[in-house]
Amino acid sequence: MIDWIVILQAGVASGTVLLFASLGEILAERSGVMNLGIEGMMLIGAMTAYKIAVVTGNVWLGMVLAMVAAGVLSLLHALVTINFRADQVVSGLAINFVGIGLSTVLGEGLSKSGAVNLLPTFSLPLLSQIPVLGPILFTNHNPMTYLGYLLTPAAWFYINRTRPGLHLRAVGEHPAAADALGINVYGLRYRYVFIGGLMAGLAGATISLAVSPGWFSDLTTSGQGWIAVGLVIFAQWNPWRAAAGSYMFGALRRLILDLQGPQTLLFFANPFYYMPKLGFFLQMLPYALVILILFIGSREAMKKRLGTPAALGVPYVRGERGL
Amino acid sequence: MQDTPNAVEMRGIVKRFPGVLANDHTDFDLRLGEVHALLGENGAGKSTLMNVLAGMYKPDEGQIIVKGAQVRFSSPRDAIAAGLGMIHQHFMLVPTQTVTENIILGLSEPHFYLPMAELDKRVMALQEQYGLKVDPRAKIWQLSVGEQQRVEILKMLYRGARVLIMDEPTAVLTPQEVDELFVTLRSMTASGHSIVFISHKLDEVLAIANRVTVLRHGKVTASGLSTIGVTKAQLALLMVGREVVFSVDKKPAVPGEVALSIDDICAENDRGLPALRNFSLQVRQGEIIGMVGVAGNGQSELAQVITGLRGCSCGRVLIAGEDIANMKPYAAIKRHVAHVPEDRHGVGSSPGLSLADNLIMKNYRESPVSKGWVLNRSVVRKQANQLKTEYDIIAPSIDVQARLLSGGNLQKAILAREMSAGPKLIIAVQPTRGLDVGAIEAVHKVLLQEREKGTAILLISEELEEIMALADRIVGIYEGKNMGELPAQTATLTQIGLMMAGTPQGSAQTKEQ
Repeated sequence: MIDWIVILQAGVASGTVLLFASLGEILAERSGVMNLGIEGMMLIGAMTAYKIAVVTGNVWLGMVLAMVAAGVLSLLHALVTINFRADQVVSGLAINFVGIGLSTVLGEGLSKSGAVNLLPTFSLPLLSQIPVLGPILFTNHNPMTYLGYLLTPAAWFYINRTRPGLHLRAVGEHPAAADALGINVYGLRYRYVFIGGLMAGLAGATISLAVSPGWFSDLTTSGQGWIAVGLVIFAQWNPWRAAAGSYMFGALRRLILDLQGPQTLLFFANPFYYMPKLGFFLQMLPYALVILILFIGSREAMKKRLGTPAALGVPYVRGERGL
Repeated sequence: MQDTPNAVEMRGIVKRFPGVLANDHTDFDLRLGEVHALLGENGAGKSTLMNVLAGMYKPDEGQIIVKGAQVRFSSPRDAIAAGLGMIHQHFMLVPTQTVTENIILGLSEPHFYLPMAELDKRVMALQEQYGLKVDPRAKIWQLSVGEQQRVEILKMLYRGARVLIMDEPTAVLTPQEVDELFVTLRSMTASGHSIVFISHKLDEVLAIANRVTVLRHGKVTASGLSTIGVTKAQLALLMVGREVVFSVDKKPAVPGEVALSIDDICAENDRGLPALRNFSLQVRQGEIIGMVGVAGNGQSELAQVITGLRGCSCGRVLIAGEDIANMKPYAAIKRHVAHVPEDRHGVGSSPGLSLADNLIMKNYRESPVSKGWVLNRSVVRKQANQLKTEYDIIAPSIDVQARLLSGGNLQKAILAREMSAGPKLIIAVQPTRGLDVGAIEAVHKVLLQEREKGTAILLISEELEEIMALADRIVGIYEGKNMGELPAQTATLTQIGLMMAGTPQGSAQTKEQ
């Protein structure tokens, strides 16, 4: 039978990957820069983390360097889109390819190099005793999952209740107004694109060191960077909604696996058990959902209703006339 | 007055843009406690000069002296620190943030956590002091334009600005709001603030300013002239260098049949909020209906509904008796509805295509421009060259990209395209916004010619003088409702102002029934 507690617990653990990536992207997009290269940055992060952990035996060093590696890649995106005012979509796609290519080349042969000290898992005292929620949220998780619980409210508070957050929102909504008041638009956009990169690196490292340890080339992330792009729109650039969406997608991924196990579902024969090819259809669903979200979110009228940052995707030039 | 020290002095300012000399050794001085008007046509270099003073642009030459000491601003922040605050023509407010958030934007105190309740109180206290009322918790997009302007002023006062630079502050206000603004400005100068008032409106300059400096093509033609004893005509001469005709020659209207009848239209804006509420209007052949309203009261949406760019949830749009509501834009094009849109670059033209391609954008389906699905390039070029000459579009060739045309020439191109199709109804939205005097005259001439040919014209404009000069009937719009109509000959500015502020005038009461 399907054990919902297990599915949700696994969903929270694997959803943490999406959470990190989408929180980072929310910060970048709130500043007006869209980075479609999350997938590539996550791969760089996953590969670096695993490789460093294998070589040095230190997972934490791997984690830090993974963030740095992905952060450097994001700075390339910042340079191209902020200073050179290139199209953010095109640059993001390029970053993606660079990330995939670099990580595949540098990670060559890595999967055979043996197991690594995994991140420890532990339960939180008292909190894990809460019925239902305890086993799902606070039992046998790795530290990254618990970090996710802290980062979500922190990101919300930062964006909505602090001065740097106010300036972040202003730069993404009306850069000219921010500039007129002496806010450094380019500087802030660099900062948040970089933070987005760090977070994508952390997301990648969380996969290769904790959620599904190892390096399996571009299958390591299996398109989760793209799901994060869609999640940001689905979340309407709100960290709380991003958390809900991330955990939901995480649980969905696990559910899809589990659905193919039992012979009967609710007293009926399980079609996914008897016709394994249907499993591919199930596995496609999260990605199809992302396409739908991107499609809805790209409509001009919808953008205003969703609260899309008004200057998202628009390079800023001081004193630009017309156009 | 002579002994009063200067708050600001600018000496020999030169500012170049690629291909344009915006300021050519321009001098300007501002005394303490005065309103100093900076007068000039569009493109005369007024805004550029003040952007230099406010730290937005760096001057190529010249010096700025504030309270006797020379300064060099590398960003607006420096200018604000020196007590100079600029209020831009297009408000520099973040629409999705609250009044208080906008006011404290860019400051360094409080450094991290924002205690909003306490900050709201501080903003309220500042409002009391200067009599500038606006709800500190309201989001900017919920406010009227007049209220937004108050937020801009508060923003500068909160920073301790002693000099306020206002770029065309009255352009977006109703006449009543202009009066309120003038009261505010006088109370501010009384408390020792100095104000630079950028404008091209002669009446307002004479009404509010102590002194006036006139710019033409980046050069000063009158420096610090006292407004006492100066006439409008003298200022106009300084501004444009030739006598200006203040009225337009036009023959009396001969209204024919109803060309456009709008029945009870309701529509939503992009945010999903009601923009038009049971709006009705009729336009007859051979007349110009001038629509007045403060920006954002549904006039853009109305033009979009008529031209098929926006759906409506109720009501009918009858063109020569046929309902085209909720049809595609092509339905309107087929019925000879010409559209001169507000957004010249996004809706009126395709900036990346050539001038020639932009000129055929409405008749490319028809012979002889196309045969089947193939364009006949030689016919396209011939037509484009003809229109270019006929409408005096100044461009190196018909192959130049539309985005490279100046605002005036792009507008002439749009007019050429729309008028050459033989329109029966013209929807013109802000047709002269941002154009220079020559281009404005050209646009007015075309509209009046069409009127004499018997075309029905709906002219939506924020330029009241334009409406008064061109329109036969004046209709007000406020929050998507029709505020009634007035015959243009007898309408007064007060009546128009009341309609713009939401008080129905003229025949509106009878229409309600």
